[in-house]
Amino acid sequence: MGATEQGVIGQSVRRKEDVRFLTGAGQYTDDVTFAHQTCGYFLRSPHAHARIRSIDTAKAKAAPGVVAIFTGADLTGVNGLPCGWLITGTDGKPMNEPPHPVLAQGKVRYVGDQVALVIAETAHQARDAAELIDVDYEVLPAVVNCVDALKSGAPQIHDQAPGNKCYTWALGDKAAVDAAFAKAAHVTKLDIVNNRLIPNAIEPRAAVASYNRADDSYTLYVASQNPHVERLLMTAFVLGLPETKVRVIAPDVGGGFGSKIYLYGEETAMVWASKKVNRPIKWAADRSEAFLSDAHGRDHVTHAELALDKDGKFLAMRVHTTANMGAYLSTFASCIPTILYATLLAGQYTTPAIFCEVTASFTNTAPVDAYRGAGRPEATFVVERLAHQAAVDTGIAQDEIRRRNFIRKFPYATPVALTYDTGNYDATLDEANKMADVAGFPARKAEAAKRGKLRGIGYATYIEACGLAPSNVAGALGARAGLFECGQVRVNPTGGVTIFTGSHSHGQGHETTFAQIVASKLGIDIANVEVVHGDTGRVAFGMGTYGSRSLAVGGTAIVKALDKIVAKGKKIAAHLLEAAESDIEFKDGKFTVAGTDRSKAFAEVSLAAYVPHNYPLDKLEPGLDETAFYDPTNFTYPAGTHICEVEIDPETGVVKVVNFSACDDFGNIINPMIVAGQVHGGLTQGIGQALLESCVYDADSGQLLTGSYMDYAMPRADDVPSFNVSTKVTPCTHNPLGAKGCGEAGAIGAPAAMMNAVHDALLAVGVKGIDMPASPHRVWQAIQSARA
Amino acid sequence: MYAFELHKAESLAKAAALLAQTGGKALAGGQSLVAAMKLRLAVPGALVDLSAVPELKGIRKEGDAVVIGAMTRHAEVAASDVVKAAIPALSALAEGIGDRQVRNMGTLGGSLANNDPAADYPAAALGLGATINTNKRKIGADEFFKGMYETALADGEIITSVSFPVPKKAAYAKFPQPASRFALVGVFVAQTAAGVRVAVTGAASAVHRSQAMEQALAKSFTADAAKAVKIEAKGLNSDLHGSAAYRAHLVSVLAARAVAASG
Repeated sequence: MGATEQGVIGQSVRRKEDVRFLTGAGQYTDDVTFAHQTCGYFLRSPHAHARIRSIDTAKAKAAPGVVAIFTGADLTGVNGLPCGWLITGTDGKPMNEPPHPVLAQGKVRYVGDQVALVIAETAHQARDAAELIDVDYEVLPAVVNCVDALKSGAPQIHDQAPGNKCYTWALGDKAAVDAAFAKAAHVTKLDIVNNRLIPNAIEPRAAVASYNRADDSYTLYVASQNPHVERLLMTAFVLGLPETKVRVIAPDVGGGFGSKIYLYGEETAMVWASKKVNRPIKWAADRSEAFLSDAHGRDHVTHAELALDKDGKFLAMRVHTTANMGAYLSTFASCIPTILYATLLAGQYTTPAIFCEVTASFTNTAPVDAYRGAGRPEATFVVERLAHQAAVDTGIAQDEIRRRNFIRKFPYATPVALTYDTGNYDATLDEANKMADVAGFPARKAEAAKRGKLRGIGYATYIEACGLAPSNVAGALGARAGLFECGQVRVNPTGGVTIFTGSHSHGQGHETTFAQIVASKLGIDIANVEVVHGDTGRVAFGMGTYGSRSLAVGGTAIVKALDKIVAKGKKIAAHLLEAAESDIEFKDGKFTVAGTDRSKAFAEVSLAAYVPHNYPLDKLEPGLDETAFYDPTNFTYPAGTHICEVEIDPETGVVKVVNFSACDDFGNIINPMIVAGQVHGGLTQGIGQALLESCVYDADSGQLLTGSYMDYAMPRADDVPSFNVSTKVTPCTHNPLGAKGCGEAGAIGAPAAMMNAVHDALLAVGVKGIDMPASPHRVWQAIQSARA
Repeated sequence: MYAFELHKAESLAKAAALLAQTGGKALAGGQSLVAAMKLRLAVPGALVDLSAVPELKGIRKEGDAVVIGAMTRHAEVAASDVVKAAIPALSALAEGIGDRQVRNMGTLGGSLANNDPAADYPAAALGLGATINTNKRKIGADEFFKGMYETALADGEIITSVSFPVPKKAAYAKFPQPASRFALVGVFVAQTAAGVRVAVTGAASAVHRSQAMEQALAKSFTADAAKAVKIEAKGLNSDLHGSAAYRAHLVSVLAARAVAASG
């Protein structure tokens, strides 16, 4: 069996998984059904902040079909949900980490906080019974805005977090920054709100928990991005169970965007309860529940300043951000506005001094955590809005001011703790300029003006840091988990290969991309490669998928395991060919004695490994199955230029995206079609944030005002243009694939490019600043205010 | 959704009898009612399905009017050659309601009976001065729409058809609310035998006629005349998606666009 065109790295191989997805044969958590299964329903708080005086479940327990009802008081011996990253504040003290109960204990702290788990024969019976639970609430004042929460007199949400503060943390050399500002020729200042978003994966969260009394073990099916982490946190930190007794399976998962990384109270309560009722329990959130209880994203309030010299060189940046943590610390909440945010503030620029201070506060809102991009879109928005405004202030062209500040020597150590290994920012900027026909923009603007429309163009030359690593450095910064990945390559006797990866695919196409790597490296047909993921019972270990890490980290682990396969294969082939191991070459799926035509096909070697009749048993174990753990030495640094062109109807405030060009550098690319798809999706979410999406809580009552698609505007197909995407390649220098990651870039670059375009268009009518989302109403109001 | 009884009526008389007998609600296309039931916001004990009632179907030209059966789906109105020829503004409006799924299920009668403050059909009925025919009487559009989700229909009264007088000119312009894509503001303008009529949906608690706009357009049926009308913001809706002032402004903008589109 030789290499096929289909398997080669760099080919747009059709996604293997799409057959089952497109024909309705996907197996999602809600498709998993067991005999004697019960249904769970979570009674949620209708109040943003209230003391629970009492809970009376007597009537509900007597309702038809009810099997059991559990409240926080029943969960004895169950700990709270852990936070995976300890931030140490500027005062040297650890962050305030109030308890995050699995079910509410004495108090509810946001609308949607889970109060009781009702288990019944059917989902309807569980929901009907939940309405009979009598909770006596003492309603307390609520605060939803992250800045308001820090003001004196704000309602106190946790006893363990005085003043609702989680931490104040800082990065950078403040003295150097202050000195640079003092001698600056110009200072650009901006106040920025990074709007709160609700993730909206197409598949809402779901879980099926079951208990097997034969061996006292549990199985949890859950819509998760990282089943091993879910199991580790749930067993070791919350339930006190051995990992050997809990199997977590994340089957087909319909999108995550970060929201399914975390350990949530729902599935934890269900695992615990499955033993109590000794029956499987299924719960699938409806869309309203998803809006209320999925971890949200973004929600920063920032003041940022950029100091420039007379030539437009960036001298220093000063940033203060208040970040909303929500009511409780979700699994990785604390590291998003710190480690994944402040470290990105250098962008693509040589700004020599940067200081960023972040205060994180608790509010009476759903927990906030990583959402596609996680800290990096917020950082890019700050840097690129500053760059845009600085260009406007100084009269330097948008591309020129960026060029004057580009990093061109690599490796480059930024003043905010990262070392970029490689990049070519001029290349992506030049290409994007061509793609967007920037030269033709003035003519298009003039033509639009004749029609009464305002045209604008905006840039984002973004940097991203993917594949969070290495573990020891992250540990020193407060990470409570490792950041490696695990890959196992099992060659079957007749040469077919099963890959077990700790990465998890919930839309990314790993079953195809990883199979292409294997097919290319082993010279076998892609059809003979199966990728297994998402099951702690089958995959040795894994940290899962987040932060655009799967290829750079998970893919590399597979490559390392493949290297071990080839190394062992050479030993076997040397024996079969009666040659020295050092003379064996592996190429095109064949082990060959160098300089001869004597060879053994890959499948002949694998068969020998499993039928070791003619085999060096005295020196070599039979079998061909290798595992590798890979801990990267550095982040990867995808980068690129996004250029957006908008046309605004000043009469209605409608912003139309007329062109969006993205030239990205993701390092080496395995499957260009999948990469383009990832970019399209990311850009669409970026446009969603910039123009449409906004999570709004009522300031007084704390009720979620955007609790459905009637009020939360998701981007639709006709909200986005036909994207113009391309790539340039500088291979990552520290992983064998030379890959950097592409999953989040679109969502990172797009909001800044979009809003810079909107600001450029509105400059003509005197609008100084407008926050996201640039909805028609908001744009119209900004124009009215500027004219007034 | 709570448990409920579902009855299927085969005739208008049977439907009326079932409604009286059960005290339930009539089920037309279900695009608002069933969604509200799923959220447990509407809790009818019984539904009487009208989809098999023959008296509620069909689109026909009757003299100077187009008469459309109450159970006619939006997609049928959008595709109807009769409607396209006589009142193209009405078929265009139907084509712009909701999405494909909604248009294949939702009905004219259901939309009017529900009288959602941001629905499109009430604007057409009021703008064209339609007559709403029920199993008991004929109701003029000016008398039919009473307020938010309120109509002149009595309990158990069933809309059978709607008679739309053919206008000289008409058009509907809608500005979608970004999330729901219901009308943030929708304006239906018509030059009818009885004069210029302008109906506004989305902007206030219910569909209503804009006297100021009608007077201006009666003098000069032009986009400029419409744009020059300053609509009073007081009393208009104000929410996350638009202030009263924005909605007032949009009424003029959309009226102008509708006039321009009316040919």
